[in-house]
Amino acid sequence: MQEHQHNIKLPDGSIERQTTTLNLGPTHPATHGVFQNILEMDGERVVSAESTVGYIHRAFEKLAERRPLYQITPLTDRLNYCSSPINNMGWHMTCEKLLGVVTPKRVDYMRVIIMELARIADHVICNSVIGVDAGALSVFLYVMQYRERIYEIYEEICGSRLTTNIGRIGGFERNFTPAAWSKLESFLDEFPKVMKEFENLLKRNRIFVERCVGAGPISAERALNYGFTGPNLRAAGVDYDVRVHTPYSSYEDFDFKIPVGTTGDVYDRWLVRNEEIWESLSIVRQAYEKIQQFKGEEAEVFHANVPEYYLPKKQDVYTKMEALIWHFKIIMGETAIPAGEVYHSVEGGNGELGFYMISDGGRSPYRLHFRRPCFIYYQAYPELVKDSMLADAVLVLSSLNLIAGEMDA
Amino acid sequence: MQNLTHRSKDVDRRPLSLWEKMYIPSVAKGMSITFGHMFKKVPTIRYPEETRPFSPVFRGLHVLNRDEEGRERCTACGLCAVACPAEAITMEAAERKAGEENLYREEKYAARYEINMLRCIFCGLCEEACPKDAIYLSETFAPSNYARKGFIYGKEDLLIPDPKTQASDLAAAKGQE
Ligand code: SF4
Ligand code: SF4
Repeated sequence: MQEHQHNIKLPDGSIERQTTTLNLGPTHPATHGVFQNILEMDGERVVSAESTVGYIHRAFEKLAERRPLYQITPLTDRLNYCSSPINNMGWHMTCEKLLGVVTPKRVDYMRVIIMELARIADHVICNSVIGVDAGALSVFLYVMQYRERIYEIYEEICGSRLTTNIGRIGGFERNFTPAAWSKLESFLDEFPKVMKEFENLLKRNRIFVERCVGAGPISAERALNYGFTGPNLRAAGVDYDVRVHTPYSSYEDFDFKIPVGTTGDVYDRWLVRNEEIWESLSIVRQAYEKIQQFKGEEAEVFHANVPEYYLPKKQDVYTKMEALIWHFKIIMGETAIPAGEVYHSVEGGNGELGFYMISDGGRSPYRLHFRRPCFIYYQAYPELVKDSMLADAVLVLSSLNLIAGEMDA
Repeated sequence: MQNLTHRSKDVDRRPLSLWEKMYIPSVAKGMSITFGHMFKKVPTIRYPEETRPFSPVFRGLHVLNRDEEGRERCTACGLCAVACPAEAITMEAAERKAGEENLYREEKYAARYEINMLRCIFCGLCEEACPKDAIYLSETFAPSNYARKGFIYGKEDLLIPDPKTQASDLAAAKGQE
């Protein structure tokens, strides 16, 4: 045995004579994305982990410096692609904050519906994938059908399923069609039953519980020190939620609870997400009812009245000169944009997704920064998996809901 | 830690009861759910033999539109190319000559119009940008080809069939044989 192979001194009593270096990722079926972890293994036990970032870095923030505001929305699709509508809406709201656009209540509620559906889709994926990594594949397949239903609702509104580019600065590109509403209604009808079954299969399942309890715990203090937000922070016991602390898009009108855990282990993260799906369902229902109460002209509003930033109706563009001029100005990105600095954050699928934009009054942002929660969680990963088993390392990775697209921007 | 809001709700983390810890009943419970699923409607769509209906606003491959008389609508204004975040559209404009009024609707038209489908991200911004009702994202998707070159769609790939001379082709393309 050569001396240089002693990477890490093993404690007495270890059955292995030397540690093994194991590359978990960057392309590994268990990592659900391009993550690289260089694990130093003592048999099955992780002695140390080193995580690498940047495998799918696409320089979004730099690309955005050359794009008019509306063209940055498709870039945000590709951050956390499990819940791209939330990213889209967050970006629109950031622009609206800079431009001083106030959206009507109906638009806010429509946004809430879409964002909460996206949260459900995101959490359903994450929780069922935790199941898969713990060895239960069928639950994943059962709920996946219903994520498809959410995607169909997106498709009715924006025309796409995954990379949605949904909504515009000031509102939505089109009103929700009757087909979209009926799809939403049938989803609200049928999904609770599916969720119940999903819960039944995992929540009190001894194999699953024993697998998850105590895996990758983090204390509230450590989590705060790292800058955790979202479900992962709440699982550690801090009831921080952007929707409650700095409400946006009229979240103050809704009544919902913030589920919190105690130990911050995989099981707590699973439980918190599970409860959040129920809360989200209730928010969607409340928003749906609120929208039904709009009458007359108000019931047709789907964008703010801002001709400087919101494209005129296509029919007017074909026939009226003034509309055509606005149309050209907006598409060319030549409308006036105030100089200034804005920060806006939304409660994304897995934490506080922030947009920090500096504008010098030019057609595109002078500088843009996305606060991407996944990037922050990933920093804590080595600490979370140290001294755990290899199988738990995979479980912890999926329970943090790390999305490579968001981590690397 | 003390609570930050009045809205927090602790998740239910009771230890498992003896009944829940027992092996056989849990297996029976799980199995009953699995078997129940065997008799449910199969949600799989056997693509490509079967497809599901798309929403009317679906964003698939592009088509270039013609007017009722079969003239090309595009006037090569370039707005779609400006709006494209992926820089996938290239075009060359030309002036309509006398006698070509039956081909092109406007005095200026696109002599060359190309979309690189490998660059395109199907965001739909070009459709939104067009002031001439000329470009649409259709319901077809999944282009396939052996070479990269084949993914650069020219006008001959994009233009819809002429409603006057190829009416049946157009109806077929719209799926209403
Ligand atoms: S769909 Fe988007 S990416 Fe594709 S050509 Fe149109 S604007 Fe460009
Ligand atoms: S397709 Fe429309 S936007 Fe593009 S060049 Fe032609 S007329 Fe202009």
